[in-house]
Amino acid sequence: MCLLRSDLKRDKKAQCDNFPPMINKLFASPEAALADIPDGATIMIGGFGNAGMPAELIDALVAQGAQDLTIVNNNAGNADTGLAALLKTKRVRKILCSFPRQTDSWHFDALYRAGEIELELVPQGTLAERIRAAGAGVGAFYTPTAFGTRLAEGKETRRIGDRDYVLEYPIHADFALIKAERADRWGNLVYRKSARNFGPIMAAAAKCTVVQVRETVELGAIDPEAIVTPGIFVQRVVRVAPSMRKAA
Amino acid sequence: MKKLDKKQIAARVARDIPDGAYVNLGIGLPTLVADHLPKGREIILHSENGILGVGPKPAPGEEDEDLINAGKEPVTLLPGGAYFHHADSFGMIRGRHLDFCILGAFQVSVAGDLANWHTGGAEAIPAVGGAMDLAVGAKKVLVMMEHLTKNGESKIVERCTYPLTGARCVNRIYTDLAVIDVKPDGLHVIEIVEGVSFEELQRLTGVPLKRLATAA
Repeated sequence: MCLLRSDLKRDKKAQCDNFPPMINKLFASPEAALADIPDGATIMIGGFGNAGMPAELIDALVAQGAQDLTIVNNNAGNADTGLAALLKTKRVRKILCSFPRQTDSWHFDALYRAGEIELELVPQGTLAERIRAAGAGVGAFYTPTAFGTRLAEGKETRRIGDRDYVLEYPIHADFALIKAERADRWGNLVYRKSARNFGPIMAAAAKCTVVQVRETVELGAIDPEAIVTPGIFVQRVVRVAPSMRKAA
Repeated sequence: MKKLDKKQIAARVARDIPDGAYVNLGIGLPTLVADHLPKGREIILHSENGILGVGPKPAPGEEDEDLINAGKEPVTLLPGGAYFHHADSFGMIRGRHLDFCILGAFQVSVAGDLANWHTGGAEAIPAVGGAMDLAVGAKKVLVMMEHLTKNGESKIVERCTYPLTGARCVNRIYTDLAVIDVKPDGLHVIEIVEGVSFEELQRLTGVPLKRLATAA
């Protein structure tokens, strides 16, 4: 994907004049960016409620047709659009999340009650840290969260100092679909307000991270001191027009 | 008996939050505390979806779908506020950086066990969110709840019958009848509302309470 062509030994100016940019992660459409998602993939989807939810990428995933998916998200879909629409297609085998039950999570509720979807309920901070651990190459970690509760049943525990901890393993993914505010062609990202939520950690945890952004800018246009997710964690960028969706 | 209403419980909790505190308000009843924080104190509210310095509700028409709290309600950001990702946010929680978190509860036990996430019913769809992280992470865990269930049973119990959120994690309980500290040697009554005697409170609560000299 990133041929450096350093063997050509040309000076930088000549390179710029004669060759297209060497690294270009920009994709023309959500459909193009998700075309190769296979059946059985594990897919992280960013967002907390509507903030940071990559709506257009989820729509493209619904249309794409991959089946037998495992989804990682904080919630399990709201109302009839986005993740809820994906669940409705019955192509999701399993979901890992912290808070599936909401007043408008009727598609998940129906599938769960019918035994048609597997739920792995994870405390929110443990979910975040398991995702972070995957991206950071950590093999497992001990957390005090959930010790002594039914969410720690069957898990290895350990007393360290004067506290009890539960052993938790990373969550890796094949794809991450996230939303950011701005990107350049190297995939450097900045987010907007609380829409950042799971974006940076999911980007690092997936083999292929696809980002939908409101705008793309030239290399160097994002202040390097302000880049939240460096492009090494991002493989594909799609610009979509600002969402007209209103918060539910 | 002058039971406190929800706003009055919130105001009572708010009185105990000191200047300079970092505080997380749980979803539901605890969010009311934000409206009662004493003027003249600078208190920084944390929202676990990734905000420090949460400000008041935006004016109608000023809502921003990218700026919401953990209850997914539109909020604002105070000058000096910051955004961060989820792993950092829960690092702040588990890492004991928050001075207080304020949670609602179904039950609290004499030992300070907290049950607030699941009724345990076979039909109930479980959802935990950040409750378990907050319960083990904050320096002080404050619970606000009604003292009794709708059927008149005490929500302060010998042992929680609902599934636990955290074991031995609650420091103080604020109810519509009393303020009670959870200590290694039992439950210490700090305050009782007007018109309720210690004996009456003891009768309603059902588990042994200790009377402090300062309590009425």
